[in-house]
This record gives sequence, C-alpha cells and structure tokens, in this order.
Amino acid sequence: MSSAKRTEMNPDLQKERDGASFNPYSLTCLLHAGEENVERKRELERLAFDDPELQHEDLSFLSRDERYTLGLKKTIRFLNKCWDLDITGIQDVNTYRRAVFRGMLEPLSVHYGMFLPTLLSQATEAQQDKWFSQALNYAIIGTYAQTEMGHGTFLRGLETTATYDPKTEEFVLHSPTLSSAKWWPGGLGKSSNHALVLAQLYTQGQCYGMHPFIVQLRSTEDHTPLPGITIGDIGPKFGFDEVDNGFLMMDHVRIPRENMLMKHSQVLPDGTYVKPRNSKLAYGTMMLVRSYIVSDAAQSLCRACTVAVRYSCVRRQSEIKPGAPEPQVLDYQTQQYKLFPLLSAAYAFYFASHYMMDTYFQLSGNISQGDLSQLPEIHALSAGLKAFTTAVMSSGIDTCRMACGGHGYSHASGLPLLFANATPACTYEGENTVMFLQTARYLVKCYGASKTNEKLSGTVAYLSRVQTAAVSGKGARDLLDLEELVGAYQHRAARLVGMAANQLQAHTKAGKSPEDAWNSCSVQLVKCAQAHCHFFVVRNFVDTVRTADVDPASRAVLTTLCQLYAIHGIIQNSGDFLEDTYLTGQELQQVNSHLASLLAKVRPDAVALVDAFDIPDEILQSVLGRYDGNVYENLYEWAKKSPLNKSQVHESYHKYLRPFLQQNRAKL
Amino acid sequence: MAGQVNPDLAKERENASFNTQKLTNLLYGGAEKVRRRRYIESLAFSDPAYSGDEDPVFMSREELYSSQLKRALTTVQRVKELNITEEDLSTYRNAALSGGMPGLALTWIAFIPTILQQGTEEQKQKWLKPAQDLSIVGAYAQTEMGHGTFVRGLETTATYDPSTQEFVIHSPTLTSTKWWPGGLGKTSNYATVMAQLYTQGKCYGPHNFMVQIRSLEDHTPCPGVTLGDIGPKMEGNANDNGFARFDHVRIPRENMLMKFARVEPDGTYVQPASSKLAYSNMVYLRGTFVMSAAQALASASTIAVRYSCVRRQSEMKPGEPEPQILDYQTQQYKLFPQLAAAYAFWFAARFMTQQHASITGSMEKGDMSGLAELHALSAGLKSYTTAVMSAGIDVCRMSCGGHGYSHASGLPALFSTGTSLCTAEGENTVMMLQTARYLVKCFVQSQSGKTLSGTVAYLSAVQPSPVSGERNMSDLGTQVTAFQHRAARMVRHAALQMQTEMQKGKSREDAWNSCSVLLIKAAQAHVHSFVVRNFAETVQTVEVEESVRAVLTSLCQLYSLHGITEHAGDFLMDGYLTGRDIDAASSLLSAVLAQLRPDAVALVDAFDLHDKMLHSVLGRYDGRVYEHLYQWAQKSPLNKTEVHESYYKYLQPFLKSNRAKL
Repeated sequence: MSSAKRTEMNPDLQKERDGASFNPYSLTCLLHAGEENVERKRELERLAFDDPELQHEDLSFLSRDERYTLGLKKTIRFLNKCWDLDITGIQDVNTYRRAVFRGMLEPLSVHYGMFLPTLLSQATEAQQDKWFSQALNYAIIGTYAQTEMGHGTFLRGLETTATYDPKTEEFVLHSPTLSSAKWWPGGLGKSSNHALVLAQLYTQGQCYGMHPFIVQLRSTEDHTPLPGITIGDIGPKFGFDEVDNGFLMMDHVRIPRENMLMKHSQVLPDGTYVKPRNSKLAYGTMMLVRSYIVSDAAQSLCRACTVAVRYSCVRRQSEIKPGAPEPQVLDYQTQQYKLFPLLSAAYAFYFASHYMMDTYFQLSGNISQGDLSQLPEIHALSAGLKAFTTAVMSSGIDTCRMACGGHGYSHASGLPLLFANATPACTYEGENTVMFLQTARYLVKCYGASKTNEKLSGTVAYLSRVQTAAVSGKGARDLLDLEELVGAYQHRAARLVGMAANQLQAHTKAGKSPEDAWNSCSVQLVKCAQAHCHFFVVRNFVDTVRTADVDPASRAVLTTLCQLYAIHGIIQNSGDFLEDTYLTGQELQQVNSHLASLLAKVRPDAVALVDAFDIPDEILQSVLGRYDGNVYENLYEWAKKSPLNKSQVHESYHKYLRPFLQQNRAKL
Repeated sequence: MAGQVNPDLAKERENASFNTQKLTNLLYGGAEKVRRRRYIESLAFSDPAYSGDEDPVFMSREELYSSQLKRALTTVQRVKELNITEEDLSTYRNAALSGGMPGLALTWIAFIPTILQQGTEEQKQKWLKPAQDLSIVGAYAQTEMGHGTFVRGLETTATYDPSTQEFVIHSPTLTSTKWWPGGLGKTSNYATVMAQLYTQGKCYGPHNFMVQIRSLEDHTPCPGVTLGDIGPKMEGNANDNGFARFDHVRIPRENMLMKFARVEPDGTYVQPASSKLAYSNMVYLRGTFVMSAAQALASASTIAVRYSCVRRQSEMKPGEPEPQILDYQTQQYKLFPQLAAAYAFWFAARFMTQQHASITGSMEKGDMSGLAELHALSAGLKSYTTAVMSAGIDVCRMSCGGHGYSHASGLPALFSTGTSLCTAEGENTVMMLQTARYLVKCFVQSQSGKTLSGTVAYLSAVQPSPVSGERNMSDLGTQVTAFQHRAARMVRHAALQMQTEMQKGKSREDAWNSCSVLLIKAAQAHVHSFVVRNFAETVQTVEVEESVRAVLTSLCQLYSLHGITEHAGDFLMDGYLTGRDIDAASSLLSAVLAQLRPDAVALVDAFDLHDKMLHSVLGRYDGRVYEHLYQWAQKSPLNKTEVHESYYKYLQPFLKSNRAKL
C-alpha cells in the first residue's frame, strides 16, 4: 500500500485535524511515556520502512507458503540489523520488530518468547553454558512444546512421557497416544531444530508430573527430522499464516539425563527424584506475558479504531436532511456509538497496560528481596485483565470492521487480518473463561477473608467495604463526576463478588461438593471477575486522567473519553447497577442523555484522538485507514493487483467457460 | 479408522429424552420433505464429478475460483440430466457447491430474478432463456465504490439520446465505479446496471439497464468497459466480486428494463404505476436472510456442541477423569443460547415465509394493508438475526479453544461467510432504523386513538406503571409479556425523546439522528419480543409428540430467560421486573442449562446437517475428531516436503554463519 496516487490530504480529514481541540502530539508523548521515546520510535520505524530488503507485495496477495518464507526472510534481516546496528533494550527491539513485521507474525517468535526465557529460568548453569549462548546467537532454533492435540490449558492432563532409564542414564521421550501429539507450538512444524518438550516425568516407577526436556528435533546438518521424530505443520488457520504451528510425535526418543532442565527439580544418575524448592518465580514470567497481552490488546484496538474513525470521516453516505449533501458517516450518532466507546477502551487499556508493566517491574524488585506478599493479588488481576481486555478487543475489532460497511470486509481494509491475528489472544496463554475463574477464585477467597475481619489491601481493598444496602436518599448525584463513577463500579463489583460467594456457600450448604458448587455458580463467578476488572480499568483510567502530566486541553479531552468509557459501561451493564437500586431508573435515563452529549463532544476530536496513537501507514496496512485519507484512488490501485487480474481473461475461461458457453449457444 | 462412533457421542445420543427424527421432521416440514432433501443431497455427495478436490482452505484464490467455476458448470449439466425440479434446485446446488459460492451463481441468484421482476414480456423472451441455459452469464451491478445502502446516492448515469434511440452508460467519477457485484470481475458477460436515468434534461433516479460487458466470442471486455476483480476478501473468494467502469457505453433503448417505468423513443419518461411489488420482493429476500442466519447458527452449534462432548479437559474433582467440556456450566452458558437462537430464528424464518405467501395472495387481490408492517418486521429481523448469528458463531469458535482457530474446525470460514450477511442487502443499522421509523409512526397513531394490529398491536397497550406482585418467571406467557412491555416502553421512550428534541428546536432530521441510538435499541427490543413470542407460540401450538414439545419448551425458556438476564436493565428500569425477579430468572437459567445438557447432542443432530455441509473435523457426526485432525494436517501445503525449501534459501546459511561465530 505504498504507491499513493495523490499526495495531498483528503480535505475532509484535513478539516478534522484543523478542528481538533488539542494537540495530538502531547497525547502521543503521554502514551509512549515521553517525547524522547516518541522520537526514538519514529527513527527506528523509518529505519525499517526505508530498508530495501524489507519491501514486499501486499500480504493478501501472497500464498501461505510465500508468507511463511517471507516471515523467515524478515526474521533474519531483523536479527542481522539488530546485531549490526546494536539495537538492544527491550523497548527499542520491540519497536523495531513491529516496524519490520508490519502486522505480519513471526515464525520464530517462540524462540525468543519462550525458548530463551525458559532456558534462563529453568536451566542450571552448566545447561546454560551448553544451550543458552547457542540459542541466543541463533545457532540453534528452539520452540516450546507444551500443548497437545487433546490437552490445552490444563497442564496436568498432558500425556507425553519422559521415562528415566538409569542403565544408560537417558530419558525416553514418548508420545503414547494420538491425542498426546504435541500440537500448536509456533515454529515447531518446519523451522525449529530443537524444542523444550513438556512431559510427565517417570522415574523409579513413579510419576512426578510435568517437567521440561531439551530434545533435538532436526539434524543441524540438513534439517531432516531425527530418528523417532514425526513432525509437521498443523495446517492453515484463521490467521497466523506466517507461523508454522506444528505437531510432534516421539517414538521412544532417547536423550541424555542432562537434557532435563534441572535448576529446580532434578533426577540423579541413579534415578532418584529431587523435589524443587518451593518456587513462585514461574508466576512472574506468566504475569509479564499477560501484561504484554494487555498491551497488545490495547494496540490492536488502537489500530482498528484508527482505520474505522478515519474512514468514517472520508466516507459519505445517505442523507440526514433531504437535499443536503451526504454527510460523513461519523456524523451519524449510531456510528459514533459503535466507534467512540471502543476508542475510549483503547485508551483505557493502554493505561491499564502501563499499570501492569510498572507493577510487574516493581514486584520483581520486591520478589528478589524475598517479598512475595503482593504476588497473589497481582497475579489474579493479570489473569482477569488479560481476559477482559482481549475479549473487548476481539469483538471491538469486529465492530470496527462492520462499521466500515462492505469495504471493511475486503482485505484492503486490513481489518479481517487484524481480527484474525488478534483474536487468538482470547485463547492462548490461558483461555479467557479459565482466566476469569482464576480471578474469581481469588476474589471469593478475599471476600471470605474480609468476613473474618482480615484487612484487604491494594486492588481488592474495596471488597472489605461491601455496601449491602443501596445508597438511597443521597440526593441528586452527578453521574459525570469521575469519583461518582468509580464509586458505582466499585459497588457493582463488590456486590457481585459478595453475591457469587454467598451463592457458592448456599450450594455447599445444600449438600453439593465444593467442586460441584463451584461449577454451578461459575457463570456468576465469571461475571463477578469481569466486574472487578471493569472497576479496575475505570479506576486506573480516572487516576491517569487526574495525575498525567499533560496540558489542560489534553486533560480535558481525556476526561471526556474517561467519562464516556465509564458511562457506556454502565449502560451496557445497566441491570447490574439497577438490580439493588444502587442507581435508579431515573438516574439511568440521565446516564443515557450524558452518553448522547459525550458522543457529540468527542466527535470533533475523534480523528486527532486516533492520530495520537501515532501508527504509521506502513504498520496500519489499511487502504481505508490511510493517514492522507485518499481511500478511493488507492482502493482502485490495490484491487488492480489482485491475482485474478493478472490477465484480462482468466485462464479458467479458456478451460471451462468458453467450451461450455459455446456448446449452449450452439443449442439455441 | 473404522466407521465406529466415538463412544462419548454414542452415549449422548442414547440418553436423549426425545426422538431426533421427529424434531427434524418438524424443522423441515414433514418426513417426506426430510427424505426428499436427503435424497437430493446424496445425488451431489455421491457424484464423482464433485469429489477429488482438495479442501478449499488448502487452495490459492485462483485455484478456488477455477475449481468452483468448474463445479458450478457441472451442476448446470446435472440439473438437466437428473431432471432436478425447481423445488429441489437450491438444495441440490447448496450440496454441490458447499465449498463456496462461485461468481457464476449470481446469474441464478440476482441476474435472472431481476429480468423476471423488471423485464417486459419481450425482454424476458429475449434474455431469460439464454440466461437460464447459461449461454449468457450475468451479474447484478448496483453498489458503487462510494455508495452502498443508499441507492439514491449512486452516480452512474444512463443518458438517453433520442437521435440514435440509445442510452449512454457512463461512470463520471472514480467513486461511481461499480464495486462488489458478484461474478462481475471475471465471469459475467452481461450485467444489469443500476444507473441514474437522464432524459430530456432531467434526472429520474436509479433504473436498471441491461449491458453487455464482455465479448461472447473471446470474453474480452467490450469497448468502453473496464472490468476486474476487487481483490481478496475475508471469505467468498471463489466469487469474483468485481468492479466495472463505463466510458460512454451505448446500449439500445430496449435495454432499459421497462416493466414499470419506461422511456419512449422520443425520450418521454413514463412513470411506473405505483408498485409495491419491489417491497414484497425485499420482504421475501430478507426472509431468506433470516433462514440463512438460523442455518449458520445451527451449523456452528452443531460443531461446538459435538466437539464439547468429545473434548475432555481439566478436572472438576481431584483424581477423577477429565470431564467432557460440555459439563462445565460456563460452556453451556456459551453454547446453549446459540442453540436456542438457532431454533428461534428457524421458526421466525418460517413465519416470514408463511406471511409473505399470504400477503402475496392478498396483494393479488389488491389488498396492500399488511405490507408495511411485514416490511418493517423483515428489515429488523434481518438485522437482528444476522447480528446474533455473527457474534454467536464467534462464541462457538472460541468455545472450541485452540482447535476452533484452525481451519480444520470449519468455524473461521463459517464466521467469515456468515458475518457478511450483516452488511449485505441493507446494512444492519440502517435496517434497524427502518423498523424504528415504522414503530414510531405506529406509536404516534396509537396515541391518536388508532388501534394497531398484527405484530405491533401490543404497542397500543403500553402499561405505564409496573405490575407488582409475585411472578412465575418460568412461565412462557409471563416472559412474552415482559418482552412486550420492554419493547413498548422503549418505543414510547424513543418517540417521546424525539418529540422533546424537536420541542427544543431541532429539525425532525436532527432530532432523529440524536435519538438514533435509542431508536435502534427500541427496534431491537421489538424484534426480540417478536422472536420470543413466535417461538413460544410455535412451541405451544405445533403438532408434535410431548417429549419433543417438552425439550422445545425448555429451549424456548432458555432463549427468553437468557434475553432477560442479558438485558436486565431494560426490565428493571421502570420497575416492571424487580431485582428479585431477575435473581429468579438467573437461577431458572442455571436450572434450564442443566436440564438441556443431556439433550444437547440430539438437539443439534436434529438440524440434520450432513458432514459434507459442515466441513468440520471437530463437528463430525461420528465424533472421531483426533484421527481426522491428524489426517487433515498431513495435507497442509507446508507439509509437501519434510524440509521446506525456504530452509535452503534462508535458514541454512543463517544458522551456519551463526554457528561459525560461536
């Protein structure tokens, strides 16, 4: 989408930008934590965009095979550039990576995302000497083989076995059933020559549960699978075309004892199992991964909103008043109602991910000093937030796509691909329902503790102040007041947690086992966890708006967005607020009028608000969302490149259609 | 891979409380129709001419286009050879073309019906036969790059030149380029083109014109016509949705479809006699969308429910075997509402078909009275059912965990195809606002004392104050009344809000726009209440044995209780329901989920969707998921060689140089 037909800006978009009430650059700086970061980001992006080695055809026109190959080519270019130009530091590397891949996925992301970190955290020093530097320098490529065909989120259910043979001091890795085939790991099918395989450890006749083993999969000489290894790609998916998610079956594959990662537990040469010291460190990695997912969810939503909001200012449709010119579709209240709540959610999630990252780094500090006290709370929050943000993001991208009408359905919009590549975040790294239930388990525990007068702190402190009765007779409340809104969400969350916990108790008292009681309340439990996360996101948004170091114009527009986010959530979940009459029907009507005025208030700033995300066209990959708004010219140019347009008359005409038509005509 | 059924699925089927076949018969209108449909499908499924192709998900766009074109041509031949009757035609075609609609199909779906509805007798004589015999292939070219749902905004012009008695078809701007019509890019040699008619210096609005676009000899575009494919889409890539630009293309006067409006040789425009036929056709078309929504949701539920009985995951109780995931309440809460909605929409679609037939009868006798109401209902129903379907398929996909994301599940393609119905044939928001406009009009009439009838009768009976006292929330009548109250209140509220805005000085149009979110919600509530009422009436009145009625009653309760809890605020807002009622509805909902659990597989089996229509490894009737998942994956194009060629090109030199550096 590089060949712009016109360079001047679409006048409608220009007008939108001229009419904004604030300078988007100041929000860009806030979102990226400072002007210096923004400038560095742009510099690194330029470096990738200008690289002649990184130019290629639009992905939509490439086959899966071509996309996988392109993914490998880019990966190698990316690594070489990082090494040559000394691009280090997690933020720089990630920025440069995004600019190199431009919405594409990476075939080798599991190598740096899971293989390397797991070696670091679970390998002994001797093992690190042997494997880590090879892996770090990409002399070997590894994947992380955990999920199996028949087993996903529930790790203890995995079937692959690693049986210790003390005679030869080897482990025998084996896939005993079809459903035990490793299935889904990224890069497993075609790219990797090594894997960390999670398997049930058997020694001295006993099973000790899941442990990681390093298994060489393919020859380092010619890349053919080693004896006993059956390996391949699992076939095409909704998205992730560039990734060779793979399968692996092992037929009694023998590996040396030293290939079990033994930093925590060990198997001695004679087969004795040595238990790990209690380690909660694994939680740390999980939290970091989930924080990244929250951040990715925010960014995916930013991209979708950017496309839909810009296009809605370029597109004109129907008539509001007879005879008047067709208005921009963003002037329709229904369009604003689809897009602005998502725009506000994108900001809300962005700030939530800032909180999670900051907390993670602060917590890591505490943990290294032996303080684990905050870990369960933040762990529970990270599980719920992962589920909450990815669910909103996934359906939100879809809403943005449909808001672009027919053209949203074309790959030219970039939205089908964005959706297909982003929606698996709802499933991977912990399926969303399972995540919410983890959060719920913690919340119910806290609620129980508060009943026995234990004092709660941090993000769950509010649970000890559950207001059982509604706040009545409080007089006229201003439901645009941010504190009032936070209070409403807090009350809702506390009430729903209390309700779910009480229901659980009632079921247990009625004679159900704790497990059956849990299952019969699980719909309520999920809802209370959602309400808790929703409350956190609102409160964090409010805190950010209050404390952010920005000019008054930017703070004003952020305040409007924040109000919109909270008000919209109340309307969407009005039953939760009305049920115990915390809000009255009359108040809800006011909330509805507030919503209408907030939509109108955001309208003139909408384009500036998406511009502030600072997503370059090269990364946006959308004809509809182009910064210059020259949509139609470029839609036409894009279509002309469709593979079916290579010839005026498609070859299938000669093969099938022509003989058929001629024969029919002859019969007339 | 013996033909055995997975024992878990077999057990589910044995334990069902009703006879699946009886419910299938009910859905399809009798045992004879079920038999006939299966027979017609089997003709396609057993035909070697259609087998042997790869799974469409392994094909490139070009392979897919060619393969489905070839299949479509085969169906034309087979329809003649096998004497497939008009009645069985769509069943046969759907079975034969289940890999995706080819561009050629637009000849049947849109081109021929347009000639039939809008052509004069002579015009039908001239074009109908060639089109039916496929000696010409046609597309229906309406939407433009810059204009969709709003037909009056179209820019293509047809200017009459009396000196040659020709129309000049022209695309004056880039945005006037015809864009999206199926089969237009590569397949068709004719198109009916919707254009603004200009004659004697005046514009008379959009009309249809028959335009030849490609040579019948060598298929090259005709002079002045620029054609092409619009590029890959989310789904539907066997179809060459195309673009067309016209540079002063001249066609004879007789090529304007003139059944209604006419242009005389001298250029005089003759207005059509007021025709409501177009509305009636629209009502019919939207009815088919409702049925498509029901079927798509039925397919997704079938896949997800069967797989949820085969898949075992986690442990509920320590030490016990992993349960089937359908035993989790959260999984039931995701899937059973989709299953219930599939049934609800199926019955709603049937209502629409019956009403359309009855109204066509009345219209032939000159009675147009029911048309406006049915037209408004059809717009809202199209919007409501396709929106629920689209989101529902996605829920089903995600409920299948990781494997739902693989094309092996069939769900990504089902979603991508189904979701296009939200935009096609009238964008859903625009549709809902059409319904809202009718509802507001009815409300105003009822305020001035007019009695309303049919599906909107309840609007005149708004209860301004809540009904207090105990309620039995499991009673279908109570539920129906609650939905009607909610809809009536919301229609009233939106209408009054509009009045308030106008009293504040806003123009009618601005007031409409600033209330449109409320109006949409009111229209949704109206349609929702119709679907609930129609479901309840069907369940209560249908002739069927009691065990089937019992399970349908549970499904109907689930559908409405789920609706009440999801929209609790709407019922609580004016105190019509109390917090205690909502609590009761929640508990009942849990109970109904558990009650439906043992019948879930039988309920999806009753849709009678053949494996060859489902295209899903996860949803197979025999439940042998894992073996077939493994077999399917072997066919992935990336598995053609053990070592992918990119290894030699990129990976090998890279790894070697890195190893050398260590």
